[in-house]
Amino acid sequence: MSSTVAPPRSMSVTFDELKGLVSDRALSGETMLLNMGPQHPATHGVLRLLLELDGERVVSSVPDIGYLHTGIEKTCEDKTYTKVIPLTDRLDYLSPMSNNLGYVMAVEKLMDVEVPLRAQYIRVILCELARIASHLVWLGTHAIDLAAMSMLLYCFREREIVFDIFEMVSGQRMMVSYFRVGGLWRDVPDGFEDAVRQFLALFPARLDEYEALLRNNPLWLSRTKGIGVISAQDAVAWGVTGPSLRGSGVNWDIRKAQPYSAYDRFEFNVPLGEHGDVYDRYWCRMQEFRESMRIIEQALKKLPKGPHITPDRKVAPPPKEELAWSMESLIHHFKLWTEGFTPPPGEVYVSVESPRGEFGCYLNSDGSPKPRRVHFRTPSFANLQALPRMAKGGLVADLVAVIGSIDIVLGDIDR
Amino acid sequence: MPDPIADALTARFGDAIQNVVEFRGETTIHVRPDAIAEVCAFLRDDPSAAYDFMSDISAADAWPDQPRFQVNYHLYSMAHNRRLRLKVIVREGQPVPSVSGVWPSANWFEREVFDLMGVPFENHPDLRRILLPDDYLGHPLRRDAPLVVEEVQFTHNFDDVDARKPYAKE
Repeated sequence: MSSTVAPPRSMSVTFDELKGLVSDRALSGETMLLNMGPQHPATHGVLRLLLELDGERVVSSVPDIGYLHTGIEKTCEDKTYTKVIPLTDRLDYLSPMSNNLGYVMAVEKLMDVEVPLRAQYIRVILCELARIASHLVWLGTHAIDLAAMSMLLYCFREREIVFDIFEMVSGQRMMVSYFRVGGLWRDVPDGFEDAVRQFLALFPARLDEYEALLRNNPLWLSRTKGIGVISAQDAVAWGVTGPSLRGSGVNWDIRKAQPYSAYDRFEFNVPLGEHGDVYDRYWCRMQEFRESMRIIEQALKKLPKGPHITPDRKVAPPPKEELAWSMESLIHHFKLWTEGFTPPPGEVYVSVESPRGEFGCYLNSDGSPKPRRVHFRTPSFANLQALPRMAKGGLVADLVAVIGSIDIVLGDIDR
Repeated sequence: MPDPIADALTARFGDAIQNVVEFRGETTIHVRPDAIAEVCAFLRDDPSAAYDFMSDISAADAWPDQPRFQVNYHLYSMAHNRRLRLKVIVREGQPVPSVSGVWPSANWFEREVFDLMGVPFENHPDLRRILLPDDYLGHPLRRDAPLVVEEVQFTHNFDDVDARKPYAKE
């Protein structure tokens, strides 16, 4: 068997390789080159930045990614469509629900499957809960990066409540894999609605507490206002999406622009910033907490009764008890769990608004039970690309604030 | 309904627009590889298109069919709230003009396609591997690249497999 690993060579970077990355001043020793990461608490995972510094000022920064590359897209090609779902959890591991949704919606579009309304509503509720949980991690880690220590503890306290709800519906706290092509794995258990209502009753007061800690805190304001500015035009050109884009004042939320999964049935606002600095991105996400709660409240109030998954037996397995008396169900069950279903040849691209921005899924089918190509357009990947632009000319200490404000997840970047 | 821009493109670029495909409400326009950068610049700047946002670039491998690589560009127009897919089909080793001059965000997406699929891009400002180490050989997302590289060791062939493993020397 041939090896795909080249003989090891020296790991130091040569002079020529540096030339294209940093300015000539760095090569002559006038500015300093500094490695930040890959093991650094403020890079939120294994991100390495090659910084060129003039004193305390960042002249340029070159992100180096791939430390968490796991070849998920390649692995998908060897799995049936259903078996890909658990892999999508592991992309953006702070909001597995959104990844599940983006993927199953792509397969549903490919196969032209109708999803029952109840499943759509539950998907919305869970995705918005995931957005809250994800933003809580962002808020906690962002604040601790800027030395607001206690925020992390409070945020993780509330995140646990969301995880309890996830555990209730899916049996898993983080890697939920709850959505299926055509609907949900199973209907939500009794007590789900009460648990969500309890959370909705509790959370606004907690949110007020967070804001009381940060909103008028002079240290927080001086660390975030006017830092890491990116203009609306630049943000669009560099492919920034999600709250990071809306912080620059661009009104683009896929839930509003191209509503999916019954999002057009709910009323909510899209919070917009003005200046495109760290503070405005912070402010947008803080408002999104409240908008998410509004959506969940409406969805709970109008939650329709009905099936949780499509009745199409070519896509969704029959209920287990039917296998005892229906030969047809037994055949469907057997076919689905051995071979899987076969979408027609073709390709689709579906995107959803994940907590970080546009999560897109490109599927290329050759008509077999396994996808020929799965590609995930992950929001953190594109957002990180704009980091050098935001960090340029700022202080090293502010770089930490900028990284926190674009809310990257390295699993999402490296896939 | 096909995207109205398809006709405008055909009128402007003639036979560089090779095919227009509709599937599940998505429009795919096949573009001749050498024309992709001009087509993209036109789509960004023309007010009736205004595809100002580049969502994604990815590549698929049709191996063993030839020409094997399909590079897909997913564009979005904020003004018209429309999506469009451009497709470029290239042979192995055939370069594709980079669109990073049109949308700066294409930079990393093209690097990723180059890294994992081995499609080279012309006039790219910084075409290096992005996810894999610089000394990695091959392109793992190609269909002819094995999914599992390392041979599985069992008790009966443990030593044989071990002897073939690429351990660091010295």
